[in-house]
Amino acid sequence: MDVFIDTFLNGEVLAQYAPSILQGALVTVLLSVLIVIFGVAFGAARACLRAYRVRALAALIMIFADVFRALPPLVLILLIFFGLPNVGVVLSAPIVLFLVLSLVLGAFAEEIVWAGITATPKGQWEAARSTGLSHTQALIWVVLPQAIRMVIPPLTNRAIAITKMTALGMVIGVPDILGQATTAQSFSANASPLTLAAIAYVILFLPFVMASRWLEARFARPML
Amino acid sequence: MPGPDAPALDIRGLHKSFGAEPVLKGIDLSLAKSEMVFVLGPSGSGKSTMLRCCNRLEEPDRGEIRVEGDPVTGPRVDLNLMRQRSGIVFQAFNLYPHLTAAANVMLALRHVQKKPRAEAQKLAHDALDRVGLGEKTHQYPAQLSGGQQQRVAIARALALRPRVMLFDEPTSALDPELVGEVLGVMRDVKGQGMTMLVVSHEMKFAREAADRVVFMDGGNIVEEGPPEQIFTRPDHPRTQAFLARVRG
Repeated sequence: MDVFIDTFLNGEVLAQYAPSILQGALVTVLLSVLIVIFGVAFGAARACLRAYRVRALAALIMIFADVFRALPPLVLILLIFFGLPNVGVVLSAPIVLFLVLSLVLGAFAEEIVWAGITATPKGQWEAARSTGLSHTQALIWVVLPQAIRMVIPPLTNRAIAITKMTALGMVIGVPDILGQATTAQSFSANASPLTLAAIAYVILFLPFVMASRWLEARFARPML
Repeated sequence: MPGPDAPALDIRGLHKSFGAEPVLKGIDLSLAKSEMVFVLGPSGSGKSTMLRCCNRLEEPDRGEIRVEGDPVTGPRVDLNLMRQRSGIVFQAFNLYPHLTAAANVMLALRHVQKKPRAEAQKLAHDALDRVGLGEKTHQYPAQLSGGQQQRVAIARALALRPRVMLFDEPTSALDPELVGEVLGVMRDVKGQGMTMLVVSHEMKFAREAADRVVFMDGGNIVEEGPPEQIFTRPDHPRTQAFLARVRG
C-alpha cells in the first residue's frame, strides 16, 4: 500500500509540481476553447455552403470531411510539426495542435450540422421560400436554428472527444496538462504528476460531459 | 394584359412532367378577383402540382402564369417578390417549430418586407386576430392544436397582403372535429374579398362556399362549373365516377 501511495500520491512531488500542472491546465483550457470555437464555426459554415447544392463545392467539402475524419489526428500533428519546417514553414507546437484539432473537429462538425440540415423537413424550406425568403434567409432563420437544436447533443460529444485530444500535444512539446505532467514525471521519477494530470482532466471535462448528458435529455423532448 | 381588368390569377397552357411522367398536360384556368375556385380530382390528377406551380414551388415546364397581370413565370421574374403576391397554405401547416405564433407571422414581414419591428408586431397581431388567435401570439406551434396551427399558417400567409391565396389540402391533416374552425377562417378570408384557389376534398364546404368547381383528372381539367352543377349534374363520366366514389 505504501508503495502504491508513494508512486501515485507522493505528497512532496504533488506539492512541488501542482503549480506547473495548473499552468498546463490554463494552456489546455485556452486551446480547447479556441478549437471548439473555430472547429464548430468552420464546420457549420461548410455545412451551410453545402446547402447550396453546388455539386463541385459539395464534393470538395465531403472529401475534406472524409479525409480529416479518417486520419488519426496524431499522424497529422507529426506530419505538420516535423514536415512543414522542411519546406520553410515553421509553426509553434501549440499552433500546430490548434490547427489540426480545429480542422478535425471542423470535419466532424460539418457532417453533424449537415445531418441536421437534411433532417429538417422539406416543408420548412417550402414555407420559408413561399413567403419570399431567399435561400440564404431560409437557411439562416428557419432551417439552421432547427438543425443546430437537433444536433447539439452529438456536437457536444464530438467537441469533448476532440478537445480531450489536446493531450496529444505532449508528443510535440505543447506545455498543456499532460505535457507538464510528463516533464514533471521524468524529473521526479514518480507518477504522482500524472495523477495530478488525471485529476485536472476530470475537473476540466467532467462538467462538460455532465452538461452534454443534460443537453441530450433537454433536446430529446419535443421542441418548444 | 396587366391593368385593372387582368384576372386575379391566370394560368395558360401549363405543362409539367416529373421525369418522363406528364403530370399537367396543358392547364388553362382563370380566376376573377375575389373568386373562390375549388379544385377536385383523384389523387395523382395533378391538382397539387398545378397549385404549387402558381408560386413556383414546382417549376412549370411550359405555360404562362400571371397574378393580376404580373408574370409568375419567365426568366426575369423576381422569385421572392412574386411569391409575396400569392400566399400558400400547406396540408402539413409547416409552421416554424422554433418560433412563436407571432414570430412565425413576423419572419417574412421583417426579413422580406423589411418592416420595422413594431410595425411587424402589429401586423402579425392583426393577422392572428383575423384568424381568431389574437390570444395565442406567444404560444409555440407544439402548444397549439392542429386547427390552431393551420390558422396561424393562414395568418402567416395573409400578413404579407397577397393578391391570391393558394390552399393545398388545408384540412387533410386535421382531426375531423378541427376541420370546421379552419373552414370557418377560409370563409372569413373569402368574405374579405380574397381570391382563393383551393385544392381540397371538403365537398360540403365546396358546395356552400365555392364560386366555381374545377374537376381534374390525368393532368387535365375535365370539367368546370358552378358547384351546384358539378355536384348535381356533372357532364363528364369521369366526374360522375369520381363523385360516386367519394360519396360511397
